[in-house]
Amino acid sequence: MQTAVNLRGVKKSYGAGEARVPALRGIDLDVKAGELLMLVGPSGCGKTTLISVIAGILDQDEGQCSVFGRDMGGLRGAQKALWRGSTLGFVFQAFNLLPSLTAAENVAVPLLLRDVPRKKAVEKAREMLERVGLGSRTESRPSQLSGGQQQRVAIARALVHEPRLIVCDEPTSALDHQTGASVMELMRSVALGGERTLVVVTHDARIFSFADRIAVMDDGRISKIVDSASQL
Amino acid sequence: MNFVALKMLIGDRAKYIGILIGITFASLLITQQSAIFTGIMSRTFATITDLPTPDVWVMDEKVQYIDDIKPLQDTELYRVRGVEGVEWATPLYKGLLKARLSNGNFQSCVVIGVDDATLIGAPIQMVDGRVEDLRQNDAVIVDERSAKGKLARVLPDGSRAPLRIGDSLEINDRRGVVVGICKVSRTFQSQPVVYTTFSRATSFAPRERKLLSFVLAKAKPGVDPLELCTRISAATGLRAHTREDFKWITMQYFLKYTGIPINFGMSVLLGFLVGTIIAGQTFFNFTLDNLKHFGALKAMGATNGRLVRMILLQALLVGALGWGMGVGGAATFGRLTSTTELAFRMPWQLLAISGGVVLIICSLSALICIWKVARLEPAIVFKG
Repeated sequence: MQTAVNLRGVKKSYGAGEARVPALRGIDLDVKAGELLMLVGPSGCGKTTLISVIAGILDQDEGQCSVFGRDMGGLRGAQKALWRGSTLGFVFQAFNLLPSLTAAENVAVPLLLRDVPRKKAVEKAREMLERVGLGSRTESRPSQLSGGQQQRVAIARALVHEPRLIVCDEPTSALDHQTGASVMELMRSVALGGERTLVVVTHDARIFSFADRIAVMDDGRISKIVDSASQL
Repeated sequence: MNFVALKMLIGDRAKYIGILIGITFASLLITQQSAIFTGIMSRTFATITDLPTPDVWVMDEKVQYIDDIKPLQDTELYRVRGVEGVEWATPLYKGLLKARLSNGNFQSCVVIGVDDATLIGAPIQMVDGRVEDLRQNDAVIVDERSAKGKLARVLPDGSRAPLRIGDSLEINDRRGVVVGICKVSRTFQSQPVVYTTFSRATSFAPRERKLLSFVLAKAKPGVDPLELCTRISAATGLRAHTREDFKWITMQYFLKYTGIPINFGMSVLLGFLVGTIIAGQTFFNFTLDNLKHFGALKAMGATNGRLVRMILLQALLVGALGWGMGVGGAATFGRLTSTTELAFRMPWQLLAISGGVVLIICSLSALICIWKVARLEPAIVFKG
């Protein structure tokens, strides 16, 4: 199986001098294409920093990070932004839907960013909303949707441009258990497939069972990688 | 993404209206105050505006502006006529004389004496009567506004009636008979304007050795008026200006020696500052509120260039709308006050200037937001 994400000796610190705080202390990690990997661990262990590096949002201080064979260190500024737009899908903890846009328009944003004509983008967004079970709410604004529905819209947005890697930051922490479970079921059924890969940051133990592998982080390091929640 | 930018802007109604109000207020204040200033300034050269026929005004070399009369000898007229390139030259008297009204009160009037033979310098727009009637005995033409106002007849019951053709008035103890009512631009001090012939005007005027205020000249076809001014000055030692130059010189005098520009400049500056602060702060708050969304867009692949274009579009839209509403408000104000003493003039140049100022306000506001968004770390989206 192809490697989607390859990290070798990745280090990242915040601040400078005596105020310097190491967030990642040398991460080695391979994420296989087509798998759902969960990054788990206590608050402040470096999970968010790690997915920020994987997503090309933060630059590592040391080490190597490549995504689908592309060395992230070789990309700069606008080049990196364009790469993110074509390769990555995001699901955020706070959904981050634009409140003044309808569900379909929100889902269409990644396509609009790639200069797809608006009509075509919204049409494709409606199809994607249909796939996540929100075909009847395409014209609703985020404020008219429940938390679970908003996260479904966010999932549709993360998938609409058919990215190869989807990074999710605490996708269920703002949802109740049942809604969280259904969101994860949806992600497994709709998002995974082919070589599309999911990296999910979470500390919600209730959804660990949806992972193919779980990487446990502690104090900026990966302490262990397991295949199921029972091995934790 | 223009669509997304516009929906982001309009979607937050309260902020959108707040930004619009800020820019509208700034645009209104700047345009209205500037239009009043322009109106006042254009009154300073009203006499020149109302005399479109001559190309060149000839005067004593010490004259500083249109009301600064330094009379010339009558012979200067003939010297100007003798300059190469002059098609014709006519005398003009301009003076401030006292008119005695029917109720015994006195009123200062601008008396303009035009060439007896050609009547060049007479009013262009007649409301009643004919310019040719100035050739009748004691004939004068008065402006419509004064005929209804400052020069109006006082009836036995104390009420006032407009001055009409056939009515008479005393100018410096000499009888004047109204033969026409004309329309002229309002003067700087809003004094009545009385037209008569040059010879009659000089008989109205107090005895002086010299009574020729200006010589009005026309350039022959093909002769540049500016070049003619140079020739006249060289040949006569008098000062000669084209019509436009003389307007500008008159206005410059008022700009330099009165406090008008400072007072109006302060209002315009205040409008600019208040507008920039209100619009800038509201627009900045709008951006701050949307920072998380800009961060999400950045994470999803929006480049800084694209976000800058989105912000500029938002700023330009509110700028254009605010400018339009402000200018519309100022124009409405001008329309509503057109019959009052208030000076109000809104030429296209003024609209262009206020548009430019509004553009600067919006650009400054947008610049602060662009700076904030450009420095935004997209990792913000992962912070809950």
